[in-house]
Amino acid sequence: MAFNLHKEKYRSKVSEVVLGATKEEGGTRSHTLTVGGESTLPFLQFEGDIPNRPIAALEIWDVAPEDWNPCFDPYYKDVYDNTGAWARKCVDEFGADLVLLRLKGADPDGKDRSPEECANTVKEVLEAVSVPLIVIGCGKGEKDNQVMPLVAEVASGEKLLMGVAEQENYKSITAACMVHKHNLIAQSPIDINICKQLNILINEMNLDLNKIVIDPTIAALGYGLEYGYSIMERARLGALGGDRMLAMPMIGNVGYEVWRVKEANASEEEFPGWGQQEERAILWETTTAVALLQAGMDILVLRHPKALEVVKKNIDELMESNKYE
Amino acid sequence: MGLTGLEIFKQLPRTNCKDCGSPTCLAFAMALANGKASLDKCPHVTDEARENLDSASAPPIKLIKVGTGDQTVELGDETELFRHDKKFYHPTAVAILVSDQEDVEAKVNQIKELEFERVGLKFITDMVVVKNDSGDADTYKAAVEKAAALTDKALVLMAEDTGVMAKALEVAAGRKPLVYAATAENYEAMTALAKDKGCPLAVRGKGLEDTAALVEKVAALGYKELVVDTGERETSKVLADLTQVRRLAVKKRFRPLGYPTIAFTSKEDPLEEAAQATVYLSKYAGVVVMKTAEKQHILPLLSWRQNLFTDPQKPIQVEAKMYGVGDVNENSPLYITTNFSLTYYIVEGEVEASKVPSYIIAVNTDGISVLTAWAAGKLTGESIAAAMKKAEVEEKLAHKKVVIPGHVAVLSGSVEESTGGWEVLVGPREAAGIPKYAKANFA
Ligand code: SF4
Repeated sequence: MAFNLHKEKYRSKVSEVVLGATKEEGGTRSHTLTVGGESTLPFLQFEGDIPNRPIAALEIWDVAPEDWNPCFDPYYKDVYDNTGAWARKCVDEFGADLVLLRLKGADPDGKDRSPEECANTVKEVLEAVSVPLIVIGCGKGEKDNQVMPLVAEVASGEKLLMGVAEQENYKSITAACMVHKHNLIAQSPIDINICKQLNILINEMNLDLNKIVIDPTIAALGYGLEYGYSIMERARLGALGGDRMLAMPMIGNVGYEVWRVKEANASEEEFPGWGQQEERAILWETTTAVALLQAGMDILVLRHPKALEVVKKNIDELMESNKYE
Repeated sequence: MGLTGLEIFKQLPRTNCKDCGSPTCLAFAMALANGKASLDKCPHVTDEARENLDSASAPPIKLIKVGTGDQTVELGDETELFRHDKKFYHPTAVAILVSDQEDVEAKVNQIKELEFERVGLKFITDMVVVKNDSGDADTYKAAVEKAAALTDKALVLMAEDTGVMAKALEVAAGRKPLVYAATAENYEAMTALAKDKGCPLAVRGKGLEDTAALVEKVAALGYKELVVDTGERETSKVLADLTQVRRLAVKKRFRPLGYPTIAFTSKEDPLEEAAQATVYLSKYAGVVVMKTAEKQHILPLLSWRQNLFTDPQKPIQVEAKMYGVGDVNENSPLYITTNFSLTYYIVEGEVEASKVPSYIIAVNTDGISVLTAWAAGKLTGESIAAAMKKAEVEEKLAHKKVVIPGHVAVLSGSVEESTGGWEVLVGPREAAGIPKYAKANFA
């Protein structure tokens, strides 16, 4: 039988989003990071372009986490109380492409920090590192609506990636992104229709489509990872098929999800059958991330520096050309 | 993906003799296309037409069996590229490598310990690969014999020298191991050996096209119980090849690659190796061969396999009943959740972590989560009360307090009403809040 490669021809490609702005561009970052732009499925360079490699962020908080697993202590304990130093360590020492700052301190049920305090932390991190920055709120909509507009203002022109806009609560953060030229995370609850709908709503407010990053919501390995995986795969096929409302790059909060589950945290004494805890946890993060990379994730957010290292090596390998001669 | 009625019709005698029971050849062809008749019913079909029809109606990827008894591994027979279209049927087999130059007994025993229980499921690795690194036939034979004696798992015999393979098969052929591998250099003898012993055979080429050509040569020798290895070992190229093999088989029905695939990790660091294996398992490998046999390296991969191969159309459910977590008695707290397995096991895990022995009732919501079930009217005061009644809570418990999920706090009143006056406590919205909640309320 005659041998012919099977190459798909797609009608369209993923939009490109630029994170961060240099001095010339009105920000203070040393460089920008571009995500998206793929014209084929993940890493299939034999039939299309992967112009920008997926990027990996480490997650930091504006308050010292009380319940992070003790296995993080050797890495972060000395900087938990100093958000700027924490950010610097993630970038300089652990090689994060960028940092995700979660404004956990704003949580009204926690430290209930004021919008001004949160904005100051953002400034502190922007001064501490020169990479582009992701900033997300505490997750309580009402409070985030007070915090994020101020964050957008003090970081005006920095082209942050800000989050999150949800179907029930997208207007105030979208407006803040528009005014101050930031990018926006549009988060939908593992539902491709809501994902599209939200992008339409945001776009109707006149935020450019190439300012939006999709967070389709993911679960950790073992806890429904396959749902997020399939949503990402479907969204990416939609993007390549020409659906502009699904054509954005995608982000996954891998670390946040993984470190909530028992398999990452339980000690070996408690579950001898599961093996050594820290390596198991690193692989719980790594496996979640690597699987989602195969579904189309462009920005992955991790917590463990070793998981970051392993995932970045995996991306390096996958970015090697696989074109057939 | 079978043939259309018209395509089948062209292969039939077109005499309309009715011997098949159908009024016309066309009617019979239509019945065949719909799977409502079998070709045997037509006594007049030519051998050539039969072969054409058989091969066209064969699955795009051949089903290959390795091993014997309970631990037989089934590979291939997949019809999809994406799991959201339709279920993937045969989970990637995870195989662990043992060299004939290491302590075979120790490694095989380590492999046997790779059995995991989580979320009510049991995960195991499937195959043991015994590799001939010594170059010595007797050493290899002894290693294979030892491995075979220690485990019932399906075996892969990995030796390129046909003399070495022949010797090992003397002791292991009865286990129907996968014979790895036929190559350009040895394929005639290796194929004869596998065929003679009735063992499945792996064919390893040098790249995609070369592999397809080699498979055709092997098939021409009359053997089709095959598994393919394109010989690539770099992550990105293996991904490309696995994708091509799957697409060519499924979308083009390209027969020379219509077999399950086998992929080998090349990374030495076990964490990097696990990441590499995750790529191969996600994208179509029939077998993934790993070197590490540490529990913490294997459990994540097996968990991903379990996730990936679930039926996307059918949420996995747990039995809708009352479960006791820990050392329960009539004073233990009672929690309500749904029978969506993911939801249930997250709740169970947190209740376990709370260290307060408790009952959980999984209400039958057809396997959907709390909020979705509430929105769909499947988690209501009545359905909760009915599930409690069925679980005989009045007989089993000395108290009348029930904790409902925080997300459905609105159901408090109707649960109270439907249960005839049970005290309804509103639990946390997220399961993660259960330990804290239990501590505050039940400790
Ligand atoms: S038996 Fe064969 S030849 Fe006769 S009608 Fe049926 S299909 Fe046609």
